[in-house]
Amino acid sequence: MIYQTHAEAEDVSPPIPILALDGITKTFPGVKALSDVSLSLYPGQVTALVGENGAGKSTVVKILTGIYQPTEGRILADGTETRFPTAQDAADAGITAIHQETVLFDELSVAENIFLGHAPRNRFGLIDWAAMARMSREILDGIGAEIDPGAKLRDLGIANKHLVAIARALSIDARVVIMDEPTAALSHKEIQELYELVEQLKGQGKAILFISHKFDEIFRIADNYTVFRDGQFVGEGKIADVTNDALVKLMVGREVANIFPARPPGRGDVVLEVENYNHPTEFADIGFCLRSGEILGFYGLVGAGRSEAMQALFGITRASGGTIRIDGQEVTIRATADAANNGIVYVPEDRGKQGAIIAMPIFQNITLPSLSRTSHNGFIRLAEEFKLARDFTERLDLRAASLDTKVESLSGGNQQKVVIAKWLATMPKIIILDEPTKGIDIGSKAAVHEFMAELAAEGLAIIMVSSEIPEVLGMSDRIIVMREGRIVAEVAHDDMTPETLVRHAAGIT
Amino acid sequence: MLKRLVTSREAILLGAIVVLLGLIATRFPAFVAPANLANVFNDTSPLILLALGQMVVILTKCIDLSVAANLALSGMVVSMLNVVAPGVPVPVILVVAVGLGTLMGMFNGLLVWKVSIPPIVVTLGTMTIYRGIIFLISNGKWVNSHEMSPAFKAFPRAAFLGLPVLSWIAIFAVIAFFVLMTRTTLGRAFYAVGGHPHAAVYAGINVGRTQFWAYTLSGALAGLTGYLWVSRYAVAYVDIAGGFELTVVAACVIGGISIAGGLGSVGGALLGALFLGVVSNALPVINVSPFWQLAISGGAIIIAVAFNAQANRTKGRVILKSAEHAA
Repeated sequence: MIYQTHAEAEDVSPPIPILALDGITKTFPGVKALSDVSLSLYPGQVTALVGENGAGKSTVVKILTGIYQPTEGRILADGTETRFPTAQDAADAGITAIHQETVLFDELSVAENIFLGHAPRNRFGLIDWAAMARMSREILDGIGAEIDPGAKLRDLGIANKHLVAIARALSIDARVVIMDEPTAALSHKEIQELYELVEQLKGQGKAILFISHKFDEIFRIADNYTVFRDGQFVGEGKIADVTNDALVKLMVGREVANIFPARPPGRGDVVLEVENYNHPTEFADIGFCLRSGEILGFYGLVGAGRSEAMQALFGITRASGGTIRIDGQEVTIRATADAANNGIVYVPEDRGKQGAIIAMPIFQNITLPSLSRTSHNGFIRLAEEFKLARDFTERLDLRAASLDTKVESLSGGNQQKVVIAKWLATMPKIIILDEPTKGIDIGSKAAVHEFMAELAAEGLAIIMVSSEIPEVLGMSDRIIVMREGRIVAEVAHDDMTPETLVRHAAGIT
Repeated sequence: MLKRLVTSREAILLGAIVVLLGLIATRFPAFVAPANLANVFNDTSPLILLALGQMVVILTKCIDLSVAANLALSGMVVSMLNVVAPGVPVPVILVVAVGLGTLMGMFNGLLVWKVSIPPIVVTLGTMTIYRGIIFLISNGKWVNSHEMSPAFKAFPRAAFLGLPVLSWIAIFAVIAFFVLMTRTTLGRAFYAVGGHPHAAVYAGINVGRTQFWAYTLSGALAGLTGYLWVSRYAVAYVDIAGGFELTVVAACVIGGISIAGGLGSVGGALLGALFLGVVSNALPVINVSPFWQLAISGGAIIIAVAFNAQANRTKGRVILKSAEHAA
């Protein structure tokens, strides 16, 4: 008896987590997003979830909030197994999340946004507007946000919208608060207030899951850490027991060997020079040069301004100043047509949103930006068009029943090949690939990498925007690191290590 | 090419029309006699012309509710011109009608392109404006048959190789639009803009300008149909073709042209119009009340839309899968 009591006391000494994931696996068709991961959240403690882009953090958030169902594994609330079949079930269990991309309603007031779905009722069962306004005011004051609860959300800036999202999460009497990159859109002052808020929540015994790329934040407010890499659990522990370096190693540490095609460094002539390139809100002082036959990597955290700078180079958005020289000639880029005429193409990151027209056949997608070459006086020469499309699908080894097949019936990897073929068919000098292998399977990734190497060998100048460290390291001749809209480092080939990149990108000194 | 033209949806619609004709033939065999079918086609020609224009507009994610009003105004102007100057030859009348319709279409297009007003609002507004103008210029009076010159009235009826000119114009327009949609860069741009406006921008296509051209085409066809309509029925007044814009949209929807844009074909628009043409011509013949005529058209629209929604659902799944890959 005595021995047993003693053993029980030993067992209890670490508190039971309010919420825990145990051996969770989540698969999507063709992709394993999470593989046997575990995570524990304790009352009154902040747990930081650390990992690169694509490590599976967002998937975990979606499982915890009932948006996704785990394929395997258990969710434990206060030690008992439970399930969250819907988002409402997770909310009922006291789990609230402040998402990376806030899900709010522009046309509703701040108070309505905060209390949508759980508005206070008066004794007739109708919405008690006065109470709602008062409670909104209290919550907003609590997080130091000077926002009028009656204002329309649409009239608020992005940072204030984020604060409303935080207020919404707090309006639910939660036991577990998930913060997915909560500071991404906030100013310094607002971040300080958020820290205070986190302290308050800790004091109230709530468990907090804090997801951030910024190491200074993690070391400032987290008590525990859990690290994921490629959808797998790699370690956890107390923040007090870990150093910056050790955490970075855990996060990126892996072999980057030999899965990438070997290629000689590109040392051709300079084809593109960008100087002092600016945008009012998105990037500043961008300057770099690019040689033919070179692959220049652009690394940074999501939202570092890499895609924005590239989109300006391609004429999607307008830069406010700066000089662009192509082959030594100064050029002006005001529209995508200007960029295309100067031999620049941009393969966007989000294939679904910006890439292929899925209701169109393969060949029409491929020739869309090059139609002027296969047409005469506005009339398309179908034979030439087919030939152009066939040339490039063969080069990319794109497999489809026929070029007449609609793109919607292709796999993600083949859709990506269609988009790349489309831009190559314009015969560019400079090709900008934005996250070229995001979300495609390993086999297709290797094919895309192989092909990039081939293009570089043929003398094409390539800019590759990528958030995947192995890809950036494995493919690039040089790497430019951006943070908060500026270039913070240019890393030469011999100095490229995962640690250097992460340090520059996260601003660790 | 042929295989691409007759995709399953068009084939099903063609089958539906054949079945419908077969059913009618059991009650009234004379209906399916070639001469009568030619009459039905001739009767449906204005609808075919308007449906072709509407198809292009809908493909670009827009809608043109002003076609019937445009038709009526163009028709009234050329009728009054004919009354004032009976000697003006038909080719000039045609140029005036098409030109006027084109201008009205361009006006719609400019409002959508440059002022960024939602298409349904723009054309709902111009629909009323165009009708109002008819009243202003005509003072609400009719232009009747006896006021029109014989040449003015004879043009659409003139037989050529066994078919009236009206039918030939519809046939010619179908062929021209088939070439436009499958063989020209502009046709490709219509599909690209409706299929995926973002991607179209990346490919160097000006979305607004493409929509402007769609409205321009729709307007030109409405103007042309305006003259053909008033001369065929030998009357022009404020309310001609009232509500016809909805029949035109219905023809497109039945023909499988997706209201969401980017999906549809000339064959679909043609068959959709023919389906409605057969229904409206056959039902009175076999003594079905006009109420059933409306119900059948309405049923056909819902079936066609349900069919589209079904087709789009599979598409949705594919998108989701790639989205999840990225998560």
